[in-house]
Amino acid sequence: MVLLKLQFPLQRRVRLAQGLWLLSWLAVLAGAFTFSLGVYLKTELLRRAEVMDNTEIHVVPNILMLVGLVTMGINLFAGRVCQDSLDSARFPPWKPFLLPWYGLAWMVCVWLLSAVVLSYALQGHLEESLKVGLRNGIRFYRDTDVPGRCFQKETIDRLQMELRCCGNTNYRDWFEVQWISNRYLDFTSKEVKDRVRSNVDGRYLMDGVPFSCCNPGSPRPCLQNHLTDNTAHYNYEHQSEELNLYNRGCRQALVDYYMGLMNTIGPGILSVISVQISVLVSLRYLHTSLEGVDPENPEADSEGYILAKGVKETLMDVKTTVFKLLQFGQVEAGDEAEAGADGEKAATSS
Amino acid sequence: MAVLKVTFTKTTRGKLALVLWVLNWISVLTGIILFSLGLFLKVEIQKRKELMSADVHSVPNMLIATGLVACVINFLGGKICYDCVDTTKFLRWKLLMLPYIVCTFLFTFCILVGALMCYSMRNELEESLFLGLRNAMLYYKDTGTPGRCYLKRTVDLLQIQFQCCGNAGFRDWFHVQWINNRWLDMTNSEVTDRLRSNVEGKYLMDGVPFSCCNTFSPRPCIQTQVTNNSAHYNYDWKTEERNLWTRGCRQVLLDHYTNIMQSIGFIVLIIWLFELWVLTGVRYLQTAMENLLRQGDPDLESDGWLLENSIAQTARSNFKIIKNLGKCYQVDDDPNIDVPSTAQQEVSTCQIPVAR
Repeated sequence: MVLLKLQFPLQRRVRLAQGLWLLSWLAVLAGAFTFSLGVYLKTELLRRAEVMDNTEIHVVPNILMLVGLVTMGINLFAGRVCQDSLDSARFPPWKPFLLPWYGLAWMVCVWLLSAVVLSYALQGHLEESLKVGLRNGIRFYRDTDVPGRCFQKETIDRLQMELRCCGNTNYRDWFEVQWISNRYLDFTSKEVKDRVRSNVDGRYLMDGVPFSCCNPGSPRPCLQNHLTDNTAHYNYEHQSEELNLYNRGCRQALVDYYMGLMNTIGPGILSVISVQISVLVSLRYLHTSLEGVDPENPEADSEGYILAKGVKETLMDVKTTVFKLLQFGQVEAGDEAEAGADGEKAATSS
Repeated sequence: MAVLKVTFTKTTRGKLALVLWVLNWISVLTGIILFSLGLFLKVEIQKRKELMSADVHSVPNMLIATGLVACVINFLGGKICYDCVDTTKFLRWKLLMLPYIVCTFLFTFCILVGALMCYSMRNELEESLFLGLRNAMLYYKDTGTPGRCYLKRTVDLLQIQFQCCGNAGFRDWFHVQWINNRWLDMTNSEVTDRLRSNVEGKYLMDGVPFSCCNTFSPRPCIQTQVTNNSAHYNYDWKTEERNLWTRGCRQVLLDHYTNIMQSIGFIVLIIWLFELWVLTGVRYLQTAMENLLRQGDPDLESDGWLLENSIAQTARSNFKIIKNLGKCYQVDDDPNIDVPSTAQQEVSTCQIPVAR
C-alpha cells in the first residue's frame, strides 16, 4: 500500500525539478531569515541581561540561530541535487545522501517547532528570572560606589524611563528598600535617626521613589516623596492619583515586551517550517519518480510516492532493521564468548 | 570659436547616447533620493513642531520639489537619449532639445541652491528654536489649557531623550513659574511670600522638573533648592556636575538638526555634480546631432561643443536678442534719421535673429 502515489510523466518531472530548485532557494532565504530572527532575539535579551538572573530563555534564540544555519545548508544541497536530477549520469552519486537528508530535514522542522513551543513554555522561567534580577537591581540601586554594582542605578533608571514602569511589581517595591546611599544621609539629623531606628534592620525606608518613576504625561509636576501622605501635598489624594507615577511593574512590562516579540516571531517560524516541509515532500517525490524511471526508456512515465509501504509497515520495517543491527552485535558478542570458552576448554584440557 | 569642441564618429555618438540613457535612469533614482531626503527632513521638523516658533519648511519643500522635477526631466531625458541613437527618431525631439537643455540647466542650478540652503538654514532654525523653547517653558504649567495641554509632556520627553535641560541651561527654569496655581496652596505663608517677592506675582523657585535629572548621577536626583547647599547633606551645587543635565536644549536640538542637514547637504552636492556631468553629456549629444542633421549624411563625423562661439560672444549675441525683443515695438526717436512710412519700417525692424 503505497502512500500518496502520483503519476509523473516527463514534463511533470521537469517542472517538479524546476519548481523544487526555486523552492530550495526560497528555503535558503527562509533559513537566513530564521538565523537573523535568532540573532535579533538574542541581542534583545542581552540588552536587558543585567536585570535577568539566569540565561535559560537564551535557549530559544540559540536554537533559532543553529537551525537557521542548518536549514541554509540542507537547502543549498537540495538545490544542487535537483539541478543534477534530470541528468541520468549526474544524479546517481547523490542517491546515498538522500536518506540522511530526509532525516536531517525532518529534524530541522521538529527543532523549529520546539523553539516555538519553548518560547511560550519558558515564559514562567523568564518571569522568575526577571523577578530575581529586578529585586537585586532595586536592592543595589544605591551602591553606586561598589565596584560591580555601580551601574545598577543607571540601568534601573533607564529601564524605568524607557519601558515606562516602576519597581518590580509596582512602585511600592521602592518603599521596602533603602535606595538612598548612607553617604547622602545626614546622621546628625533627628529625622534621619528616627527613621533608621524605626525598623529592625536599621535601614532608611521612606514612602518615596526615584525620579525615573515619574510619568511625563501627568498634568502636575511629579510628586516623588511622601507619596502615601495626603497632607504633605496640596490637592493630593494618593488613592485616586493615577497619572503621577508609572503604574506598571517593570517585571510585567518586560515580560509583555518579550512575549510580544515571540508572538511576532512565531508566525514567521511557522511559515519557515511549511516551506521546509514542502521542499522535503517535493524532493521525495522527485527522488522516487526518478528511481522508477526505466533506464532504457528515460522519457517514459514513472510513479512517485512518499513511502513505499504504508506508515505502519514502514515503521515496522525500520524497527526490524534496528533490531537486526542490535542483534547482529549481540550474536557477534555471543560467538566471541563461545570462542573464548572453547579456547579456555582447549587450554585446560591440553 | 567653439567652446570645448569634440569630434564624434557615428559609433562614439551611439555609445554616448547609450551611456547617457543609462545615466539618465540613474538620475531618476537620484531624483527619488532627493525627494526622500526632503521628505525625511520635513518629517523630522514636523516631529518637533511644538518647539519651534516659526515653520522652517523652505529647505525640505525645495528638496521635495527638486526631486520630483529631477525624476520627470531625467525620465524625459532618458527617452530622448535612447532615440538619439537613431537619426530618424531624433527628428521628433529636435525642437524640444534646446528647451530641455535649458530646463536641465535651471534645475541643476536649483539643486545647487538647495544644497547651499541646507548649510544656511542653521540661523533660521536657531532663532525659531530659541523662541519656541522659551514659549514651551512658559506654557509648561498650562496642562489645563486646550492647545497647550501636551506641552509639559513634550518638554519632559525632549529633556529625557536629548539629555538637556532648559533653553540655554537649567537656570532658565528658575525664571518661569512651571508649577500651576492649581497645585499651590495659597493659604500657606511660604507660597504667598514667594508670590509677593517678585513684581509679576509668579511662583518662582530654584527648582527644576524631574526630566532635567541626570541618570548618570551617583546620587538620587536633587530637583528642589538646587542652589541651596545647606538644604541637602554633602552637597555643593557649584561643583556638582552630574546631578542635572548641564547642556541647554536649544544647543542640543540645533546640533541634532545641523548634523542631519550637513549630511543631506553633502549628498545633495554629490547629486549636483552627477547632474552636471549628465547635463554636459546631453549638451554634447544635442550639438553633435544638430550638426549631423546640418551635414545631411548620418554616417559622417560631426562636431559637438558646449557653446558655438566663445563665452563673451554668446553673451553678447544673447544680450542683443533680448534688447531687440524690446525694440520690435519701439519707434526710433532720433531726428536725424529719415523715417519712412510705418508699414515699411515694421517689415525692416521686426526681423529678430533666430537663436541657435
